[in-house]
Amino acid sequence: MLSTGLLGATVAPPGLDLQSSFIDLVQGMGLTAGAARLLWLPLPMVLVLVGAVVGVLVSVWLERKISAAVQQRIGPEYAGALGVLQPLADGLKLVFKEDIIPARADSVLFSLGPVLVVVPVILSWLVVPFGQNLLISNVGVGIFLWIALSSIQPIGLLMSGYSSNNKYSLLGGLRAAAQSISYEIPLALAVLAVVMMSNSLSTVDIVAQQTGAGILSWNIWRQPVGFVIFWICALAECERLPFDLPEAEEELVAGYQTEYSGMKFALFYLGSYINLVLSALLVSVLYLGGWSFPVPVEWITGWLGVSPDAPLVQVVTGSIGIVSTILKAYLLVFFAILLRWTTPRVRIDQLLDLGWKFLLPIALVNLLVTAGLKLAFPVAFGG
Amino acid sequence: MSIASTTQQICFLVLSATTVVGSLGVVLLPNIVYSAFLLGGVFLSVAGLYLLLNASFVAAAQILVYVGAVNVLILFAIMLVNKQETLAAIPGLLVRRLLSGAVCAGLFALLLRVAFTTTWALPGPTPVGEEATIRIGEHLFTDYLLPFELASVLLLMAMIGAIVLARRDVFSTDVITGEPADQGLIEKERTPLLIETSAPAPTLLSKP
Repeated sequence: MLSTGLLGATVAPPGLDLQSSFIDLVQGMGLTAGAARLLWLPLPMVLVLVGAVVGVLVSVWLERKISAAVQQRIGPEYAGALGVLQPLADGLKLVFKEDIIPARADSVLFSLGPVLVVVPVILSWLVVPFGQNLLISNVGVGIFLWIALSSIQPIGLLMSGYSSNNKYSLLGGLRAAAQSISYEIPLALAVLAVVMMSNSLSTVDIVAQQTGAGILSWNIWRQPVGFVIFWICALAECERLPFDLPEAEEELVAGYQTEYSGMKFALFYLGSYINLVLSALLVSVLYLGGWSFPVPVEWITGWLGVSPDAPLVQVVTGSIGIVSTILKAYLLVFFAILLRWTTPRVRIDQLLDLGWKFLLPIALVNLLVTAGLKLAFPVAFGG
Repeated sequence: MSIASTTQQICFLVLSATTVVGSLGVVLLPNIVYSAFLLGGVFLSVAGLYLLLNASFVAAAQILVYVGAVNVLILFAIMLVNKQETLAAIPGLLVRRLLSGAVCAGLFALLLRVAFTTTWALPGPTPVGEEATIRIGEHLFTDYLLPFELASVLLLMAMIGAIVLARRDVFSTDVITGEPADQGLIEKERTPLLIETSAPAPTLLSKP
């Protein structure tokens, strides 16, 4: 249905524009423009939500398989081929578990905490682009919206830590909040350097600025330090090992998750993996050229002698864009998993030292150097 | 009425209701932790109102600064010093409450009067939408440069003050009295964290 609408579109703007094609199609069936728009609105949201959940299932499976490989085990094997259905089985198990609220816990805050952790993460998928027009909304403040939304999460963590009425939970919640506050600043500074080069906060513009010469124009070559800072901070924000202090098993049982079971625990679990995939996607958007292919698609169409505006070619380019975004993101997820199973955990003082005394100054210097380079070489650094 | 304006009106009503009810809760609830969490909700709904006014940058900044920094720090402070104290009853509490209620009502009446007597320019300046980010940046670095820098100086002063207050052991003498300041003297005697045999086990949290 979507592709027919696409082929039917006569004047196509650069790249795929499913929205206008869909609205044209529905209007052709005799509905008003407003109703067509209203019909379109939930589609990308549901699609992205499903995509995010499937992404979580894939990363849980990857986590199990890679951790098994690291420890020379086999890992899940019997649920589906190579155990691909194991995450689904995990999810089903959590759905059927009893939902326990401890007797002396604060039941309202206890239930609200996990929701506050998950909702901002899912909302942040609003700005993740899979192509020129393949995102829910090209918000002007794009990446800034993500930074703002991710700052809501610590409130949910504090809430669940406090309301559990358990000292491990409270300590875990406080640690989580302290950690995400301290790593948000270098993260924002690293993003700021990229934003300065692309003159825009919008994720689409940030990717568009990296599409000139294929792999050579990706931001990772111009922002190597920023890339490392962003990746470390993203891992810390996701509470992945080596930075998983809020739920350090040996010290805190499971941190703020200690008292949770059933679907409420599943929300935390889901939230942390959605956040991991989201962070990987944003690294690929900010530093690895987003949806752009290592060799520009325009060059390939030029060599093949086909017009890049032909509907079929547009579908192929769109698919290449989606696939390369996801591939880049999952490469990073792979690294995150490998890091989790091969590195020891840092201490809390080491964590805060790394954030405040090392990453923050380096991020500031990186910003300053980027500003200087932008003034000196406006051609290469987006003047 | 079109779908867009109906949605806008519903959003406005919901957001204003949460703002008003939430702020009343912040002031009136006896449990300080609930007040702090509700304050976060109020900040969020104010950000929603900014979004309705097409000021997405201001809305995101509101969330980042007020919810992500201010409110988290308030919660942090509450949870770090979460002592259950039985406060002595204040004499004449009812009179005090009535008096403060009267002051608040007077202030509210004043604000209402201002709101109704001012001739608001309708429609106001045209919203610039996505251009706003650039416009704000230009203003911050041209005509509002001095206030912007002064605000940062203010923050620096607050930070230095906090460090001085928190780390008095660094200075050999007390800044005010001139007597030698020792961290052990400044800190209150610690309540034992482990269970004592004589006293009942101190609970970290108890049900509010």
